[in-house]
Amino acid sequence: MQTDLLTEARRQAEICNACRYCEGYCSVFPSMHAGRAFSDGDLTQLANLCHNCRGCYYACQYTAPHEFDLNLPKALSEVRRDSWESFAWPQPLARKFHSHGGAIALALVLGLALLFLAIRAIGSAGGAGFYAVLSHNAMVAIFLPAFVLPLVSLAISLRRYWRSVGGTHLRLANITHAVGMAAKMKDLAAGHGDGCNFEDEDRFSHARRFAHQAIMYGFLLCFAATSAGTVMHYLFNMPAPYPFWSLPKLLGTSGGLLLTLGCGWMMVLKLRADRHIGDIGAWSGDLGFIALLGFSGLSGLALYAFGDTQAMPTMLALHLGAVLTFFLLTPFTKMAHGFFRLAALIRDAQRSIDGNP
Amino acid sequence: MTKSYDIVVIGGGNAALCAAMTAAEAGAKVLILETAPKEYRGGNSRHTRNFRCMHTGPLGPLVDDYSEDEYFADLMKVTGGKTDEHLARLAIRTSEDCLPWMQAHGVRFQPSLSGTLSLARTNAFFMGGGKSLVNAYYRTAQGLGVDVLYEAAVTHLELEADRITRVEYTHAGQNHSMSPKSVIVASGGFQADTDWLTRAWGPAAQNFLIRGTPYNRGVVLADLLEQGVQSVGDADQCHAVAIDGRAPKFDGGIVTRLDCVPFSIVVNKNAERFYDEGEDVWPKRYAIWGRLVAAQPDQVGYVIIDAKSLDLFMPSVFPPLKADTLEELAAQLDLPASALCDTVDQFNAACGDTTNFHPTELDNVATTGITPAKTNWARPISEPPFYGYSLRTGVTFTYLGLKVDENAQCSTQNGPIANLWAAGETMAGSILGQGYLAGFGMTIGTVFGRIAGREAAAYAN
Repeated sequence: MQTDLLTEARRQAEICNACRYCEGYCSVFPSMHAGRAFSDGDLTQLANLCHNCRGCYYACQYTAPHEFDLNLPKALSEVRRDSWESFAWPQPLARKFHSHGGAIALALVLGLALLFLAIRAIGSAGGAGFYAVLSHNAMVAIFLPAFVLPLVSLAISLRRYWRSVGGTHLRLANITHAVGMAAKMKDLAAGHGDGCNFEDEDRFSHARRFAHQAIMYGFLLCFAATSAGTVMHYLFNMPAPYPFWSLPKLLGTSGGLLLTLGCGWMMVLKLRADRHIGDIGAWSGDLGFIALLGFSGLSGLALYAFGDTQAMPTMLALHLGAVLTFFLLTPFTKMAHGFFRLAALIRDAQRSIDGNP
Repeated sequence: MTKSYDIVVIGGGNAALCAAMTAAEAGAKVLILETAPKEYRGGNSRHTRNFRCMHTGPLGPLVDDYSEDEYFADLMKVTGGKTDEHLARLAIRTSEDCLPWMQAHGVRFQPSLSGTLSLARTNAFFMGGGKSLVNAYYRTAQGLGVDVLYEAAVTHLELEADRITRVEYTHAGQNHSMSPKSVIVASGGFQADTDWLTRAWGPAAQNFLIRGTPYNRGVVLADLLEQGVQSVGDADQCHAVAIDGRAPKFDGGIVTRLDCVPFSIVVNKNAERFYDEGEDVWPKRYAIWGRLVAAQPDQVGYVIIDAKSLDLFMPSVFPPLKADTLEELAAQLDLPASALCDTVDQFNAACGDTTNFHPTELDNVATTGITPAKTNWARPISEPPFYGYSLRTGVTFTYLGLKVDENAQCSTQNGPIANLWAAGETMAGSILGQGYLAGFGMTIGTVFGRIAGREAAAYAN
């Protein structure tokens, strides 16, 4: 990892540790105040616990122009991205996308092109519905590796992370605690429950928390829809297309709506927020990722809406191309943060519940 | 500024904001003139962390009870009786009602910070500290229609007979003047004016560090005193603590404190000890060490600890100097090496049985046969590496201020000034003659800010 980023985060953490005024805001500070010195692993863990809610920044009496020049959300977000990039596998891909929205756009174009090409070259093989455009076997052949390979990559990254932050063997209580924190996004609510400071300086609001919840739950619903379809296809011999009153459609439609609206809202908030209280280098990559995720949801809805029209094959290519790109980029874009955050929360539960520093 | 205002509040910290919000809620049109730029708004309040609050039964973050009499007794202990009982009891009694008022105006509290458990019953901590309180109050005040002008430095209040007839201030390079119906002064002490401090303290004051805002230069206070407004307190009385000698001249705030004195020996620049480092637990002694260090040559002290004490206190913002021998440490601290070794040898020889050592309570592990004695936590300085910090006097705020009555109203020899009120540090000397009780400054500011706002609005309406 980059020494200069760690050195700056350490300098700031040492000032915070002598102050402690922000202790009640989030998970970062109780963890920080548990020790006196900060190893690289400690800082990596703190960085991944931080949700960039900015409560500590606006409350801080040492921000610029004060000579201490504290900007902890920025320092931690830079260490955070560096940790994702450093732990990622394979390395040549790791540093391409977090900081380059353009690279994400380019990847999307390639993903779409691949799908159009596949449709043209492989075609239906006699299926119905979407499978009339691209056969089920072809879809599986494309998406199975596109799903499995990123998971393997993430597993390798997370293993590296876990080692660097001194994690021990997992207990169920650690995991349930962490999942509970993530489900409520407690660290975006602040200790007082009024939300975070994001789109309007020091005003507390739940906008970012709710937008993020819409994205997370929207994504999970979409994922559940696909899983339900897979189970129905293979276990119950009920291939697509499915009617509206079916699990895949109900989950997919509600998830798609939440995902699309959440991503749109998040982009609006991100455009309003002060870029200097975060990792300015990741700004375009983050925005590109949210756009890609939102487009995956929107194109899914469009596919449903225009599924009976002439535009269906085009819509299918757009949607599958976006989803393919999204999956393949998961370990190398902001999407990775969900996995790292959960790991950091589990590690923090080991500290706070098990007393394992 | 063409608008006309009922009330001008001078200052932009806790007391000023409490006054402004209260007056605005009573229907007055209020303008805040804050000298500091927006990023430094809030005076010393931005460095505070809690407010001391009387309560019967658990209240907000506070546990158990804290009665008026106990609160008052705590105050009398630290001020050595130099306290205005009437105003002090008013502040104490009203504090209970302040906490929910503060919450209703946007302040959020958090449990007592780690390392401050002794305050969990008496002091309510602001989540995020004083700057978050200030931020919340500015938002609430602006929602109530209060206007705020930053970098607006008041230069003169014109006192004619028993009324302030004009407020003069500069803003954006221009002189302005306005004539509001009421004026509230809440612009703090004069500690950031080194010349004034030097007049009161002598040349020693040049070596003092100012823990808080560089904007409290006492301009309005001096202007009013010159016109015969009644004052209270001595110019050399202030809240002063011993802080890390490497702290910035201004605005170092809370992080520059050092909690290691009870586990150390403290010497002056001649490597001589000068006071009992273990007299009492640190929260009860830190405020006297500012004066103790101020009385030493060059107003500097040096804390010496050894390896076994390093983890017994809150981490310091700057790492201590570190050496394997006392001679090397002396060289780093620029102390005479042989004198330091002699002092440490004498001290170590005077230490006795240390088996009862207990870092968080008075343990009576004391020296025998040296002067000054160390009466608690006296363990030999013997285990390398050795660590050292320099200590300087850090002034929080001065006590010389405006004398007010129970309505926060100012007066001259001839009686009350009809439209002038004061709140916060600028009138805290009316209650505190000397000494200090943690969190009491915010109590005074909140209580008298609200009173001043109420009275000023009643007069203006």
